[in-house]
Amino acid sequence: MPVENVIDLGLMVAGPAGAGVFASSLLLGKTLMRHGFSVFVTNEYPSLIRGGHQWAQVRAVFGGYSYSHRKTVDAVLALDKFSAEVHIADLKNGGIVVCDEGDAPTQADPRVVAFPLRRIVKEEGGPSVASNTVGVGVLLGALGLRIEIAERVIYDQFRGKKEAAELNARLLRRGFELGRSLELGVRDRVMSLKPAEEGRSLLIDGNSAVALGALSAGLTFFAAYPMTPASPILHFLAEVQRDLGIVVFQPESELAAINMAIGAAYAGARSMVATSGGGFSLMVEALGQAAMTETPILIVEVQRPGPSTGLPTHTAQGDLRFVIHASQGEFPRVVLAPGDPYQAYVLGNVGLNLAWKYQVPVIILSDKYLGESYWTLKDLPQLGVEEGKVSRESVNGTFPRYKLTEDGVSPMVFPGTPGSLVYANTSEHDEYGFGTIDPLKVKAMQEKRFLKLRKLREEAERSGVEVYGDGEVLVVTWGSTKMIVLEALRRISGVGLLQVVWLEPFPKNKVKSAVHGKKILVIENNMTGQLVSLLREHLFLEPADVLLKYDGRQFYPEDVEAWIASHLEAR
Amino acid sequence: MTALDPAIYDTGKRPVWCPGCGNYGVLLALRKALAELELKPENVVIVTGIGCHGRISDYMKTNGFHTIHGRVLPLATGIKLANPNLTVIGHSGDGDAYAIGLGHLPHAARRNIDIKLIVHNNMVFGLTTGQVTPTTPLGVKTKSTPFGNPEHPLNPLLLALASGATFVARGFSGEVDHLKELIKRAILHKGFAFIDVLQPCVTFFNTYSILREKVYKLEETGHDVKSLEQAFRRAMETERIPIGVFYEVERPTLEEAFSHAMNPPPALRPLSPPDLTRLLSRFR
Ligand SMILES: Cc1ncc(C[n+]2csc(CCOP(=O)(O)OP(=O)(O)O)c2C)c(N)n1
Ligand code: SF4
Repeated sequence: MPVENVIDLGLMVAGPAGAGVFASSLLLGKTLMRHGFSVFVTNEYPSLIRGGHQWAQVRAVFGGYSYSHRKTVDAVLALDKFSAEVHIADLKNGGIVVCDEGDAPTQADPRVVAFPLRRIVKEEGGPSVASNTVGVGVLLGALGLRIEIAERVIYDQFRGKKEAAELNARLLRRGFELGRSLELGVRDRVMSLKPAEEGRSLLIDGNSAVALGALSAGLTFFAAYPMTPASPILHFLAEVQRDLGIVVFQPESELAAINMAIGAAYAGARSMVATSGGGFSLMVEALGQAAMTETPILIVEVQRPGPSTGLPTHTAQGDLRFVIHASQGEFPRVVLAPGDPYQAYVLGNVGLNLAWKYQVPVIILSDKYLGESYWTLKDLPQLGVEEGKVSRESVNGTFPRYKLTEDGVSPMVFPGTPGSLVYANTSEHDEYGFGTIDPLKVKAMQEKRFLKLRKLREEAERSGVEVYGDGEVLVVTWGSTKMIVLEALRRISGVGLLQVVWLEPFPKNKVKSAVHGKKILVIENNMTGQLVSLLREHLFLEPADVLLKYDGRQFYPEDVEAWIASHLEAR
Repeated sequence: MTALDPAIYDTGKRPVWCPGCGNYGVLLALRKALAELELKPENVVIVTGIGCHGRISDYMKTNGFHTIHGRVLPLATGIKLANPNLTVIGHSGDGDAYAIGLGHLPHAARRNIDIKLIVHNNMVFGLTTGQVTPTTPLGVKTKSTPFGNPEHPLNPLLLALASGATFVARGFSGEVDHLKELIKRAILHKGFAFIDVLQPCVTFFNTYSILREKVYKLEETGHDVKSLEQAFRRAMETERIPIGVFYEVERPTLEEAFSHAMNPPPALRPLSPPDLTRLLSRFR
């Protein structure tokens, strides 16, 4: 599609906690999506400037994909004076700040357009916090979007709460009328768009997507102790548990959560836990137990900056080496890092299936940027379920739960199977699970567990990397940083992107052939270059240059673009 | 009596416990209790912690999970929530349950999950060769307290009662038949059942003679198991040591709160992923 047909919008909503910043951004995002835009929504809270301040950015692209946020936006809806003053700095040329009359900066600025947002709420008999909806209406009017579509989003959001929906629809319309007088330079083009077929696309976050992926692989048991930014997985599953008839439980700690999940899996339930780095630290002991008892378990680790409590509401990719090495002793495990909600969904499914197929712990390494941002997806496919070597046979006695097999995977039965007794042991054991210190048996068991690596490595080589574009220069990255690089590469040609999806086992051969003869640039959201260290370790590869960021924020595509461009000139 | 033969629960392995260890009494009582309740081995899961006590699962021909130090309760809870048809019995040591695993005990008690916890309370670390535990009496010299235990011991019964446990009992491994009856009652109790078993460690802290002297049976005193106040008072006795059921009441169990997930329970669900259409509507 020629560039002039592409409409690329950046919107921001900013304000104090509780002012409806996130709700407004999702209302804007969904409305744009139902118009046929590809939408991306991300948020930051609370900012370091002042307690409780938060913002959300909505990036909408018509005629292309919206990969990520950008530095500047066309319009800011400021829900307090502070936001109106601070976020002027985020405006593109010709951009505007919309705010309430009372919040306009003391020094008149032509970029700030004030409206009686709060007065309108009063006139309509709404609670004062609802002025954000009037503001969203203003933006809709200024952009030339269709009010009916936004109203349907509101009615969907307030399902069952008719009065609130009606009030918000009225507020939206009042704002909309005001906004029509504003000029943002896109109205005519937006108004001429043929809206997309509503109800086709999804606006979905990485956290929900990974949960849906696990559900699609037969998840029936979930336990988690809240920790930002993984908590939304708990919230989502808790909300749907009655519809789905599954157990979703918040116990006293991460120690309890993972041990419950392991107990449930031993009993036969497909189980999962979710946490962030601090919670994963507590789970490490049980990670080894899952490995030793060969109990299938899926762990979602949504990274935030650390060490310790770090920056609770921010993002980082600093836990890669930690999850690869966590726990004493040696055992095979799988570490998968999705880069977008589609991959999060697929890997949620793949992860639970792999755990059961190989009876190993599987870790999905996500991050705050992926977990709490929203992207447009066309749809999610129904994916398959692999049961693994589950046996229902009766052996009349103790089942050889750890039978030595060619691929290292032993058939499993569950307690309650008539005639069969199942004995799981977290201490070293024989084929029946009984404790042993016999050197031959110890060696055989350790080798049995590692036998699984052979097939797992094949799986890693099959689906361990994603390649986007082509060129003499290859950017290598992992996780959600992929989306930033894709955004940066929008206007650069002759540069490819390699996303390493399987970090353990490492898809060595696939990566090797992809990097062959290319100039390699690595980009990661951490300080020590953890993927770089893996490239060194597995391939003796030293990249030409590395770009790292570790301030708790994902990269800006503009910075990545400039950095890559500087390497192209240097060639 | 139609009871099963306790020998059906015998794996035939010879226990590694020291001769005279109190763990033998618990093992015997457990097998007898299961036999008298006619529980099929395949429907019983014994979850054990790390310590001398933890070996008990090696000697029980039932399902078993020998878990890590201190995590018996969450592991057992997961098993029970995944399949409430199973009889889930946890065995823990005083180090296991009251030191490293203490955080789990009040929660299992208050949530009233239908599992049983039998604590082999020898007031010392056995397997690690005799260090202090939270129940070692004040002043006792152990390997890690050569100048005498400086800490006041924890009273597990008070803790369980205060946490809202619906079944609280104390047994003595020197009174096998009495302990057997306690285990039977615990298994029949619908909810979390807690039994602290005084279990002498003959090697590192031999308390047999003093316990035999001090122990008396609650049921011979007209104790009212429905009275929390009486239970607390009995649990505070130190001159003589009451054994028996201190407290037993009924309250809804945790599994009941998850009744929506129990037809069939998570562990027995055929693999049928949910219809995504309904789930996805919120993202449209
Ligand atoms: C995390 C951890 N810390 C320490 C140990 C070492 N350890 C093994 S058994 C034990 C104490 C066991 O005491 P108790 O639970 O009272 O059992 P007993 O041996 O007396 O039956 C300890 C500390 C361990 N296995 N795991
Ligand atoms: S050390 Fe103590 S608890 Fe352990 S087996 Fe020997 S007597 Fe029993």
